[in-house]
Amino acid sequence: MKKGIFRSGALTLALGAFIGAPIVTTSAFAEETFKVAVVSFLTGPAAGPFGEPGRHGAELLIDAINDGTMPAPYDSVGFGGVQIEGIFVDESGGNAKQVAEYRNLIEKQNVDAVIGYISSGSCMAIAPVAEELQTLTIMSVCGTPRLFEGNDWQYTFRTQAHAVADSVAAALYIRDQLGDVKSYTGINQNYAWGQDSWKFFDIAMQKLTPGSSGSDSPQFPKIFAGQYGTEISTLLLEDADLVHSSFWDGDIEAFVLQASVRGFFDKKRFISVAGASAVDNLGKRFPEGTVVGTRGEYGILVREQEGELNEWFIDTYRERYGVYPLESSYQYAQTVLALKAAMDKAAAESGGTPNEDQIIAAMKGLEFQSLAGNVSLALGNGHQAVHPIGYGITAWDEESNSPKLVDIRIYPTHCILPPVNQMSEAWLEAAMPGADC
Amino acid sequence: MIIKALSADRTISWVVASFAILAIVGLMVPNWVLNGTMFGLARGLAVLGLLVLWRTGLVSFGHALYFGLGAYAVALLEKYTGVSDVFVRLAVALATAAAVGFMLGFVLRNHRGIFFAMLSLAFSMVLYGVLIKSEALGSTDGFSVSQTTILGWQPETKYPLFLTIILTGVVAAVGMQIYFRSALGHLTTAVRDNEIRVEYLGYSVAQAIHIKYVLSAALTGAAGGLFAMALGQVDPDSMVNWTVSGELVFISILSGPGSVAAPFIGAVAFEFLRTFAFELAPHAWQLIVGGTLLGIILFLPRGLWSLIERLPMRQERDRE
Repeated sequence: MKKGIFRSGALTLALGAFIGAPIVTTSAFAEETFKVAVVSFLTGPAAGPFGEPGRHGAELLIDAINDGTMPAPYDSVGFGGVQIEGIFVDESGGNAKQVAEYRNLIEKQNVDAVIGYISSGSCMAIAPVAEELQTLTIMSVCGTPRLFEGNDWQYTFRTQAHAVADSVAAALYIRDQLGDVKSYTGINQNYAWGQDSWKFFDIAMQKLTPGSSGSDSPQFPKIFAGQYGTEISTLLLEDADLVHSSFWDGDIEAFVLQASVRGFFDKKRFISVAGASAVDNLGKRFPEGTVVGTRGEYGILVREQEGELNEWFIDTYRERYGVYPLESSYQYAQTVLALKAAMDKAAAESGGTPNEDQIIAAMKGLEFQSLAGNVSLALGNGHQAVHPIGYGITAWDEESNSPKLVDIRIYPTHCILPPVNQMSEAWLEAAMPGADC
Repeated sequence: MIIKALSADRTISWVVASFAILAIVGLMVPNWVLNGTMFGLARGLAVLGLLVLWRTGLVSFGHALYFGLGAYAVALLEKYTGVSDVFVRLAVALATAAAVGFMLGFVLRNHRGIFFAMLSLAFSMVLYGVLIKSEALGSTDGFSVSQTTILGWQPETKYPLFLTIILTGVVAAVGMQIYFRSALGHLTTAVRDNEIRVEYLGYSVAQAIHIKYVLSAALTGAAGGLFAMALGQVDPDSMVNWTVSGELVFISILSGPGSVAAPFIGAVAFEFLRTFAFELAPHAWQLIVGGTLLGIILFLPRGLWSLIERLPMRQERDRE
């Protein structure tokens, strides 16, 4: 018995030493910089079209602001006078892994704030943990409106408008540009973003183009499925002349390639809510005449747009990474700008280095200038961004030998999003009161 | 009388003592270590469930079924009834898994070897498919699980949950040790060695395996429930997919079948191995984890536990 206890003691101590050893190295870290974890897909099918461009967008802006090399109004050095140390983290592996990693970031690596997240699944999973660990967390890309509707988060913000805006803008564009759509169907991923996108698009179409009818069998393949043979067959058999899709990541590229060879785009009009990255990545293999959105004033939609910040961003980005900035590059950069604006504001108010509470107070309801437009954190009690969203039609520019968007229409905020304190679905069902567009 | 009998069993006494020491250590370590240990111990409980089968020579490649059932039972219980009490959650997780295990047991008890492994894999992938397809069950997103309460009290820290996991671990380990020492438990190795002889002795092999299977399912279900509580999130890819089953088998091999305590040591070691591998090599951490398994199989075929069997004091005792 005695020996038993002795042995167990030795074992537990050894185990304790094993798991306790790294504490010494991490906890003694002096806090001279503001440590920000940037989470995006670094591996898997979403890394190429979304994760890496997003990471580059954040990296570029963090470096430029730390050095003070950005144009006005962001030309001061640092974030409220503080230098940001960015660490880049992978978003793959599922929600449970992301939650575990998030806990590690806060409790083990002692980061001060977390920005990023592309998948709506990640955002929904992270927000409750952000509250629990009381850490400023700013979402960059994810789109489900459920994040703030029905939840009153204190520590979570989102600098990207949600799926209602994308869906309503899509329906508006169809009404204004394509005109006579009799029936439509959709192919969307079977998770929060895809389900919401289709649902809102369907309601918006009913309200905006009352003569059209939605399919009763829209397709919902699994996210990252990669193979869409059966879905393409089903869609081709349907009468609907328009197909809606909120596919993003590698899925949109896979779908476009598989559908092209079957003549899909000759038979159907296709509207892609978030597939602009594929237009750049696939080049000539992306069909012309497709309606494409970038979920905001980002990427290919604003490539020709004038403005000091936008031109600086495109030039510096191309110089450093050799390619054009994509949608997610803008979205991640936008989050960094929000953080910069909030920390500058908090520093000016507090007269020194701002603490977390002061930054959060400064960020609530913040209005700031993004790279190619203005953003305002107007919804979700000052936590959820609103901004204009536009669509265009793909075309090939022979002169520069690169793709471009033509017939661009950008819809202002009040046309595509509910006013403060109204739930999206109720607002849509009531035929979008206040949005006379 | 019972206590005396229990304390005479060296394994039991030292399991209880180690967990008691771990409970004290839990007060002193930072949160992330506490979290990692909780994840490890919860997985350890699931691996203990696998061990019950392994000792009979059965390997299940589908225990994520019960792990996921336990986890989703906790999440759905909260979603539809709002209950967040730790004991209710644990009981529901355990009962759900045990009930499903009992039903599937009628099919699985007739199969051995690769057929048993593949059939259990198939059942787990059925649940995975159902979860992925169904929006009401969260599809690929899963659900968040709110913080656990204890009889209406909402603790400030994770420590009470840590204690609950430790207590569950102790009860399970001691319970399994008693079971292995019982007549029914001794059938474990007998069934593995020669089923026909066991039948001639007057025992039903099918029934013995069925009981084991339900026990194993219940333990794994409880583990899934505790894991969901510790993490605060459930989703099919991290709870029900075949990779989770593979992970549990991996930890079984890492731990070794030597003792009821081995799964807990192996699972905690695995958890921290993975955390550090992930930090050290974000793009190649699987290589480190896989390399470790290879090393264990080559040099420690009876798992990490065989290191403890080689401790000098243990050998001394064996000489006595």
